[in-house]
Amino acid sequence: MIENIIRVWDKYWILFIQGLGITLMLSLVTVVAGCILGFLISLLRMSRLRIFHFRPLNAIAGIYVEVIRGTPILLQLYFFYFLLPEMLPFLNPSKIVCCTFALCLNSAAYVSEVIRAGIQAVDKGQTEAARSLGLNQKQTMMHVVLPQAVKNILPALCNEFVTMIKETSLASTFFVGELMTVYRTISGALFLTIEPLIIVGIIYFIVTFTLSKGVLFMEKKMSASAA
Amino acid sequence: MNKQNTNQTEKGGELIRVSGLKKQFGSLQVLKGVDQVIRKGEVVSVIGPSGGGKSTFLRCLNLLETPDGGNIYFEGVDITDKNVDINLHRQKMGMVFQHFNVFPNMTVGENVTMAPVLLGKKTKDQALAMARELLDRVGLLDKIDTYPQKLSGGQKQRLAIVRALAMEPDVMLFDEPTSALDPEMVGEVLNVIRELVSTGMTTVIVTHEMGFAREISDRVLFMDGGIIAEEGSPEDIFDHPKNERTKEFLGKVLR
Repeated sequence: MIENIIRVWDKYWILFIQGLGITLMLSLVTVVAGCILGFLISLLRMSRLRIFHFRPLNAIAGIYVEVIRGTPILLQLYFFYFLLPEMLPFLNPSKIVCCTFALCLNSAAYVSEVIRAGIQAVDKGQTEAARSLGLNQKQTMMHVVLPQAVKNILPALCNEFVTMIKETSLASTFFVGELMTVYRTISGALFLTIEPLIIVGIIYFIVTFTLSKGVLFMEKKMSASAA
Repeated sequence: MNKQNTNQTEKGGELIRVSGLKKQFGSLQVLKGVDQVIRKGEVVSVIGPSGGGKSTFLRCLNLLETPDGGNIYFEGVDITDKNVDINLHRQKMGMVFQHFNVFPNMTVGENVTMAPVLLGKKTKDQALAMARELLDRVGLLDKIDTYPQKLSGGQKQRLAIVRALAMEPDVMLFDEPTSALDPEMVGEVLNVIRELVSTGMTTVIVTHEMGFAREISDRVLFMDGGIIAEEGSPEDIFDHPKNERTKEFLGKVLR
């Protein structure tokens, strides 16, 4: 078996590395776009606009987050895989665009929760102190709350990236070319199931383990520095 | 250091007028209609049992708590009016909190200069010069470039006082400024407040330090059950309390 693993790696390593490249690109694009969208959603969720006792923006953002968190990511991939080409036939979105779109919307929901939790974790006394000096709500947010919230948020966002690297494997359902798709192609061609799976598993593990350790190191450094 | 108890009318004009102040948290009525006038230069201590409404009263004065009823006039303006820009008035009301609430993401110096610079009261250089002078007065000048994380509780509270003073307020509000401190650090903070009071700063202080309240105050308010149950000079309150609840409270805390 070990001989087989080495043989498969020797022959197809370029395909595995290409697959890893697509996996990383897909995750990175997803998380970056998810961060931007997630930040906007977290703003909606914390908005104070109210019509009588109803807060429309909070409600919209809340429903969005709950629906995304309450349905399987695979279902969301299927949904946009079929929906996007139907909605935007003139753009003729490719498979990978549809998958990226679905993963972005998924990531945004989780990121918005991370940002909201990070902001709310900043001690209320900080806001009170800033307001008592005469700062308005926006100044308090920009100069006092957000700089402190970033420390809570940044490590969690990196963890979201690590999670997304693993989640993108679900996109292999639609053969978009990432690492898990490479596995399916090779195992189909060689009639080998276990050996290429072990190779792919090792690659996933090395990447996520290294990144997680990196995040831990960053967290430690950030809590050590006073600022 | 003992301040002569002066007649209220000898003090300056009216600075804060509170009338019919009411505040409710859920179904709990915390303030049940408080009336009070605080004059320029006056030092007023607020004492009383926990849950009596002391802190809520103080926090209503700069609208950190929004009153449910009544009016608060600060320098003649009704700040409970929704059309008033409360941020402008808060600049004139310094506040010091039980838990310091210094900004951990800024150095000691930045803690002091941030608000005056951001709000356009001072240029960066002016604010820094003032910060150095104020920090020197409370013995923190050598800490100007360190972060609050490295300070003791007493040092943090002195920094918080300086931060409030940097806005050159007309009144200082202290919300149990020594309650979260280790016993050996209470003295250094009280000394700073004592010194501040001697400069004539109008001060309202909620405190459990009875000896200190007696020493520095022109007037003492005893709050219980959401009202000012008794008020008077320190001698009136501490030596000749008339209200039964005041007597009972002082009997417990002054042994």
